[in-house]
Amino acid sequence: MTQKPVNQKAWWLILPVVLCVAFSAVLPLMTVVNYSVQDIISPERRVFVGTEWFKSVMRDDDLQGALLRQITFSLSVLLVEIPLGIALALAMPAAGWRSSLVLVLVAISLLIPWNVVGTIWQIFGRTDIGLMGAALTQLGFDYSYTGNATHAWLTVLLMDVWHWTPLVALLCFAGLRAIPDAYYQAASIDGASKLAVFRYIQLPKLRGVLMIAVLLRFMDSFMIYTEPFVLTGGGPGNATTFLSQYLTQKAVGQFDLGPAAAFSLIYFLIILLLCFILYNWMQRVGTADKTEAGHG
Amino acid sequence: MARIELDLAHAYKANPQRDEDYALLPLKMSFADGGAYALLGPSGCGKTTLLNIVSGLVKPSHGSVKYDGVDVTARTPQQRNIAQVFQFPVIYDTMTVAENLAFPLRNRGVAADKIKQRVGKIAEMLEMSGQLNTRAAGLTADAKQKISLGRGLVREDVSAVLFDEPLTVIDPHLKWQLRRKLKQIHNELKLTLIYVTHDQVEALTFAEQVVVMTRGRAVQIGSASDLFERPAHTFVGHFIGSPGMNFLNAQIDAAGVTVAGQLLMGATQNLRDKGSVTLGVRPEYVTLAHADAAGAIPATVTQAQDIGTYWLLTATTAEGGTIKARLGTEQVIPKVGDPVWMSVVGSHTCFYKNETLIA
Amino acid sequence: MELRLEGIEQRVGASVHLHPLDLNLVPQAVTVLLGATQAGKTTLMRLMAGLDKPFKGHVKVDGVDVTGVAVRERNVAMVYQQFINYPSMTVFDNIASPLKLRKEKNVDTRVNELAAKLHIEPFLKRLPAELSGGQQQRVALARALAKNAPLMLLDEPLVNLDYKLREELRDELSQLFSSGQSTVVYATTEPTEALLLGGYTAVLDKGELLQYGPTAEVFRRPQSIRVARAFSDPPMNLIEGSAQENGVLLPGGNSFAMNLSTLTSNNVTVGIRAGALRVHRHDGDVALPGQVELAEIAGSDTFVHVHTAIGELVAQLTGVHVFSLGEAITLYLNPAHAYAFGADGKLLIAPSTSVGSN
Repeated sequence: MTQKPVNQKAWWLILPVVLCVAFSAVLPLMTVVNYSVQDIISPERRVFVGTEWFKSVMRDDDLQGALLRQITFSLSVLLVEIPLGIALALAMPAAGWRSSLVLVLVAISLLIPWNVVGTIWQIFGRTDIGLMGAALTQLGFDYSYTGNATHAWLTVLLMDVWHWTPLVALLCFAGLRAIPDAYYQAASIDGASKLAVFRYIQLPKLRGVLMIAVLLRFMDSFMIYTEPFVLTGGGPGNATTFLSQYLTQKAVGQFDLGPAAAFSLIYFLIILLLCFILYNWMQRVGTADKTEAGHG
Repeated sequence: MARIELDLAHAYKANPQRDEDYALLPLKMSFADGGAYALLGPSGCGKTTLLNIVSGLVKPSHGSVKYDGVDVTARTPQQRNIAQVFQFPVIYDTMTVAENLAFPLRNRGVAADKIKQRVGKIAEMLEMSGQLNTRAAGLTADAKQKISLGRGLVREDVSAVLFDEPLTVIDPHLKWQLRRKLKQIHNELKLTLIYVTHDQVEALTFAEQVVVMTRGRAVQIGSASDLFERPAHTFVGHFIGSPGMNFLNAQIDAAGVTVAGQLLMGATQNLRDKGSVTLGVRPEYVTLAHADAAGAIPATVTQAQDIGTYWLLTATTAEGGTIKARLGTEQVIPKVGDPVWMSVVGSHTCFYKNETLIA
Repeated sequence: MELRLEGIEQRVGASVHLHPLDLNLVPQAVTVLLGATQAGKTTLMRLMAGLDKPFKGHVKVDGVDVTGVAVRERNVAMVYQQFINYPSMTVFDNIASPLKLRKEKNVDTRVNELAAKLHIEPFLKRLPAELSGGQQQRVALARALAKNAPLMLLDEPLVNLDYKLREELRDELSQLFSSGQSTVVYATTEPTEALLLGGYTAVLDKGELLQYGPTAEVFRRPQSIRVARAFSDPPMNLIEGSAQENGVLLPGGNSFAMNLSTLTSNNVTVGIRAGALRVHRHDGDVALPGQVELAEIAGSDTFVHVHTAIGELVAQLTGVHVFSLGEAITLYLNPAHAYAFGADGKLLIAPSTSVGSN
């Protein structure tokens, strides 16, 4: 942008915030970096090992398993939640008291604390007292999220969809409201079918919003911890042990601080890289949209 | 192409009692098949509402809309087979120009080679043949607006093409070209065209008949020269012309017409004992006269503006009324503060009582 | 106040938004910045206000260099295209805000005075959102006038208004400006608006300042083809021709008698204003027969597009004339009313008498 005359006084106002962030984020991060290059045999005995942990962590089979499970999970989440969210947004009423009511109802699952979500579904899925578990058993399915790995996966996925699809839906809802009426009128005049309207008007105009939704959901699901932990505890076996849980097990459970710290950093960098890529892509498409939309 | 007849009123409330409750006061008008019409008026006068009623996007609260004698009031725009061009370009971003133009035809199941032919013809008319395969999203505003227009024209059986202030987003120097294009298209395709605008230049250039509207009422329907020479309502006199008509308070008694104490003309058959009236004369017809000339009143010059091709003189009468005059550049232009005599009565002068033309 | 822009250049990234220019605004007069959209008018205004720093060059107010001084320190009032008012304050508070900031006394009287001047007294207790577009812009203008700043900038303030409303406000603005003490800068894309406002005009095109001078003079003597193009509505008819003894040879065998003694090359572009072409013959006129391509009626004038031997011409005729397409018509022009531009685009000849209308 063009150079604006600079007013330096504003920096003083954000100094308190900068100090807080430094204390609560940067310092712990530096601690992790410190741990990642040391072998901590006991609180008193530490040995500097350089990049040793990084190398071993990359070769760890368990870790690679957890990574694979995580990627599969995130992709499944996206595949289900994005189309479902769009469909939900299309079905929601646009205006009036009904609109407000539906918005509130849809948003409720977003407000529930994450461990409570896990607990809800844990009970929900129990074959003895859980509504879903009992119903499925009644219908003849041998449903067990504690015993069957596939069932556990599906339950975790279903829980995530229930919890987070409303976010996608709300974003798409806002995006849809931003489309001027004239487009729909023109499409109706052109004789376009509902499918054509969706394909040629709504979906292209939702592009910006969808990218935000994809970015948010991918990042969040990649870091997911509380809900699956509460629901399945990572089981059966390690069927639903995703990356963050694996990491915690290593660091807190096994007190393998060195490798855990090393992998934390790698984890952090992976997410950072993905965000960077997605964000840049968003920016590029965003400016292209703006130049197209703007008039002379 | 269709003949469109309107006999309707539109109110937002259920039981309209007064004029203010109506968005469109009861009106009756018809648009001939193949004619070019403009709905002209300031913002809020109801012209867009009227256009939307014609197209079917709005259903009138009272009355009916007929296409070729058939009542279509309940039909959607699609069913009425109309085309509409909006204020800002409405195009399908993901398609090319050719695909955009072909879209309405594809939805109607027209054969592929016929589509190609028709799209080619319309593209040529709009001078866009070279851009048929470019993505529509990357073009300029006026190109996009041409595409919007093209989508309306591409259907051969379209009953009417309606325009809602389509040149709003276009650069001023490109407006010329698009106006000309619209007129040429009208001449070539002979479609019924209805154009909504608040800009008199657009309306008068484009239309054969202009409907002047204000506050929900159609005050006059006529050709450009009718509206210019004999405005039926003071609003028309004010709105058409740049600047609009001059209005002066006058008294008509048995002796004749008096303005600011001056007897300007003797009473005639039409102009006798009318009481308080308004005298209307366009700046183009006001001339400078000698002192005490017939039909002239004294005034003092308050402003003299050089507009390049003419001079615009503003003067105030003794009563405080304002008169503007358009003077050619070869005349001697008085200076600010000079006393002048302005001839306001002539064959082009109109008289109004209660805002309506009486003579 | 005396505002001087010296060697001003503005860049955004790699693109040049304003090429190096010098501009000394005539103090306490109206200067119109005329140019197409994206010509650089808003960029220039922002530099004058202090909202942006120029890439190069200096801005001097009354001799003092204020380049880089924040806009808050400079005493400037600005009115925008989009009617900008404080949405949560009433009209009265909106107009009073600059007065209160300066801790002036008699705020009430001043506000009422300004509201009366701009015809918005009935709305003093309302919120801006409850007013129409024209009324909102009047509030913005009243607020700008209340500030009583020595420099007042208006960036196409009437462009979002109805055509008729624009005329009315423009008249009022002219009167307000002439009675005030501020230096006014008004940006517009319409040549007619520049002519109606009078004062001085600076013609901008693609980031370059082409000409600055009294409006009527810039209109009558455009220094180059680019200025002529920017400052004509309808567009000036430009026809390429070649110089001959005593005149210019135009396509189709027509020739105009012109005094081209200062010629450097053979190629000459003849410029004919639409208003110079007539349908009645006068002494000394050259006849240009042709066919009517299009007749456009614009309120009080008719614009006829005619296809003649020398090319497509647009003529402006006073009054409403009806022509049918393809009708034969002869246009008349006195060569003394034509402009001539050299191969480099610079002005060679301008009509010495004013261009007449019929």
